[in-house]
Amino acid sequence: MLDQIIDSGKKATRDGFGAGLHAIGQQNDEVVALCADLIGSLKMQAFIKDFPERFFQVGIAEANMMGIAAGLATAGKIPYTGTFANFSTGRVYDQIRQSIAYSHKNVKVCASHAGLTLGEDGATHQILEDMGMMRMLPGFTVINPCDYNQTKAATIAIAEHYGPVYLRFGRPSWPNFTAEDQKFEIGKALLMSEGSDVSLFATGHMVWNAVEAAKIVAAEGISVELINIHTIKPLDEEAILESALKTKAVVTAEEHQRNGGLGDAVAQVLSRKAPTPQEYIAVNDSFGESGKPVELLSKYGLGVDDIVQAIRNVIKRK
Amino acid sequence: MADIQKLKQIASQVRRDIIRQTHSAASGHPGGSLGCTDFLVALYFDLMEHDPSFNMKAKGEDVFFLSNGHISPVWYSVLARSGYFPTAELATFRQINSRMQGHPATHEGLPGIRVASGSLGQGLSVAIGMALAKKLDGDDKTIYALTGDGELEEGQVWEAMMFAAHHKVDNLVVAVDWNGQQIDGPTEEVMSLGDLPAKWAAFGWEIVHLEDGNDMEQVVAKLNEAKSKTGQGKPIVIMMKTEMGFGVDFMQGTHKWHGKAPNAEQTADALSQLEETLGDY
Ligand SMILES: Cc1ncc(C[n+]2csc(CCOP(=O)(O)OP(=O)(O)O)c2C)c(N)n1
Ligand SMILES: [Mg+2]
Repeated sequence: MLDQIIDSGKKATRDGFGAGLHAIGQQNDEVVALCADLIGSLKMQAFIKDFPERFFQVGIAEANMMGIAAGLATAGKIPYTGTFANFSTGRVYDQIRQSIAYSHKNVKVCASHAGLTLGEDGATHQILEDMGMMRMLPGFTVINPCDYNQTKAATIAIAEHYGPVYLRFGRPSWPNFTAEDQKFEIGKALLMSEGSDVSLFATGHMVWNAVEAAKIVAAEGISVELINIHTIKPLDEEAILESALKTKAVVTAEEHQRNGGLGDAVAQVLSRKAPTPQEYIAVNDSFGESGKPVELLSKYGLGVDDIVQAIRNVIKRK
Repeated sequence: MADIQKLKQIASQVRRDIIRQTHSAASGHPGGSLGCTDFLVALYFDLMEHDPSFNMKAKGEDVFFLSNGHISPVWYSVLARSGYFPTAELATFRQINSRMQGHPATHEGLPGIRVASGSLGQGLSVAIGMALAKKLDGDDKTIYALTGDGELEEGQVWEAMMFAAHHKVDNLVVAVDWNGQQIDGPTEEVMSLGDLPAKWAAFGWEIVHLEDGNDMEQVVAKLNEAKSKTGQGKPIVIMMKTEMGFGVDFMQGTHKWHGKAPNAEQTADALSQLEETLGDY
């Protein structure tokens, strides 16, 4: 099963968002889009070209964008906001909290350039706290798809779900390996490869690194159960428990702080229902820096080798 | 009297540094950097009293804050050429394990930087805070800050403007890089700024008009004029018209070079238009 996971050619997840937005724009007239001076970075050009009257440029004013989106949603529109992940969350947290989350507005907060793989722009832009912030907001759905195809499918699927959604994706070209015609089910973990020795729960760009790590340890005779947790909230507790009870060892992998992200979400389930040794692949209470995506992942402990080591370590703790 | 000829020579070298940094990093923001070169050179090599041995608190020194942090290449070059750190370090711009972060940061301890910037709209507030502290300390030096024009779309800037006038923060000189460009296009198309000088005036600021922020003589004269207006109960803003990409013909006057690095051929072309005056790093 692991051998069947192959890269069909690198593409950026943000391009998947752009394609998904255009597709859902064609299918659903209620979908509107907003952007804060980052049209090209968010790949929103196709939507804007075909639906200019349903697009609003708000300039460099993210807080205003969130408020306007809440107003549009109040009248039944389905607004998709587009800016970098940092400016989609931390910059506007209270606007989202009050006008969108607490007021239960159907706004889709779509965030590109998340995490270290943003690269050269450096720590001011590399948010690693966003999933934690967003999953703490009651009623928010938090999604971090792993590749182009999954991001496109998720972008389309969230229009059908009523409620606020945080959709997180990234800047770099990255392996594209999930099915092109997949149906995206919010909250349903995706089993990528069955295994028996360790459960590897990964999200976002880290799913590909997890695939590579699983292939490496397979050669040592370690059987990895690889599960793609594209939805951090609501978390697929059933899938996580079932796998952890079978393998009795867990590794989580995410492009995020250790505090507050996927690892913490998984640990919360396990500690209540099935205490299991767990290793975290995540940034350990540190800011990022400028550099190339892959070298940064390596420096901050998110490389393929780090996952391999975490798998070996957690098995020893069984 | 300022030696305009010398300042122009420095500016030419700084522009070379900007091109070379962004080219070797294959990323970064040459457009705004080139447009603001004359301003930063005049500030650091003529107007400000500052000490390159660098002290965070800057007692008895003039201080500069860059709010539009994406134009880090021009600031890094000016700081290095002023003696804050070796010019050789410019070669590490945007590389891993460097102090030359994509956007200015204090985190790696780069001398000359007092607060991180890059997320737009925050620098003016910080500059006001330090200006207040100078007053509390009886320090009569001046705080300078630079903001982009697109950056003015952020609401926090207007909160800061209101505060500075209300609290009579008159030891503060802010320049607006009024290049009329931002990422998605001309500011008038993205989010029109309207009558900017009238808006600043309505918020209680003293206005200084700088018609050509890429003419060194005018830059120096207007900076001095702004400085002469400090201490009179009002914060001062310089409405500084510049051209994005100034000094490199194919980058000039378009948002297309806001955040795009030149390739090898473009770099050679750009460098052929900029005299090497102080020696490349
Ligand atoms: C809060 C925030 N939103 C968005 C961005 C992305 N961004 C970087 S520069 C820029 C345009 C800035 O325009 P302006 O201030 O006019 O600078 P110029 O393009 O003229 O250099 C934008 C939108 C950012 N850095 N910070
Ligand atoms: Mg501008």
